[in-house]
Amino acid sequence: MIILIIIGMSLVTMLPRVLPAFIVEKMQFRPWLNRWLGAIPYAALGALIFPGILSVNPEEPHLGIFGGLVAVVLAFAGLNVVLVVIGAIVTVFILSL
Amino acid sequence: MNSILMIRKGLLTGLPIMLGYLPVAITYGVLAKQAGMSLTELTLMSVLVFAGASQFMAVNMIAVGTGALEIIIATFVLNFRHFVMSLSFMNQLRDFSLKWKVPLSMGLTDESFAVSALNPKEAKMEKGAFFYGTIIVIAYLSWIFGSFLGGLLGDVIPEKLSQSMGIALYAMFIGLLVPSIKRERRVAVIALFAMLINALCIQLGMSTGWAIVAGTIIGGMSGIHLLKEDRR
Repeated sequence: MIILIIIGMSLVTMLPRVLPAFIVEKMQFRPWLNRWLGAIPYAALGALIFPGILSVNPEEPHLGIFGGLVAVVLAFAGLNVVLVVIGAIVTVFILSL
Repeated sequence: MNSILMIRKGLLTGLPIMLGYLPVAITYGVLAKQAGMSLTELTLMSVLVFAGASQFMAVNMIAVGTGALEIIIATFVLNFRHFVMSLSFMNQLRDFSLKWKVPLSMGLTDESFAVSALNPKEAKMEKGAFFYGTIIVIAYLSWIFGSFLGGLLGDVIPEKLSQSMGIALYAMFIGLLVPSIKRERRVAVIALFAMLINALCIQLGMSTGWAIVAGTIIGGMSGIHLLKEDRR
């Protein structure tokens, strides 16, 4: 039964991922559509960050906010992404002690 | 020679994903085991599905005895955002042959997309496919390995620490977004707009999956206008 669920999940996740490879192969896009698609990464990042970050610790949403703020500051300071990630983890860890 | 350079670059760029994935994947492995899945099943799910959020959701649903069809439909809804992301990513990789596009698209996750899309230079370079391929392989292997480890050993990371590591992927998203904002302020407008739409949709009672899709599509729409002047 679980195998059936896994195969079904696999198909419905693979299809939306792969379909665009063929769409792009077959079609040329107008400039406005290219700009739209070009903005998708930034929009996706925005939508992935907030409000999801509040649920890092659902009982204490401020932990996510503080961790996020530290990440913003470190990233603005020009640190590598790995260091930004470590800085945020350490912040949340210390605050939750 | 060139491809080795690209692989090395991909390794460095993909490192944050590994850091973010391992604790999340271990947690998934632990929960899946507790929900009654065998080590083979839970690892196989990571191999064949490779989508964090929906795997967590499926484990919860399996634990409470939800039917297969319902789980599969919920997975489709939650992962539909990957269609939008993949369309953007594949458009970026337009010059690659289909032979590369298909496997690269199959490895697309929120995280591999974010990292790849914000490193667009390599799409125009010779052997650039090795760069994106490496990022995706690291992400994939970290996810599978972490799941297996979680299922095998149980909670290997102390609870306080693993909870704190929940911030890792968000911090990575921020760490990717901020440099783009520093280069181009209008990027911040697009991202903030997307956040707002997402939050609004959730307030209106939409599911997380659809709210992210709406935030991404409508937020991205602001780029049609905002990114116009970039062309000249």
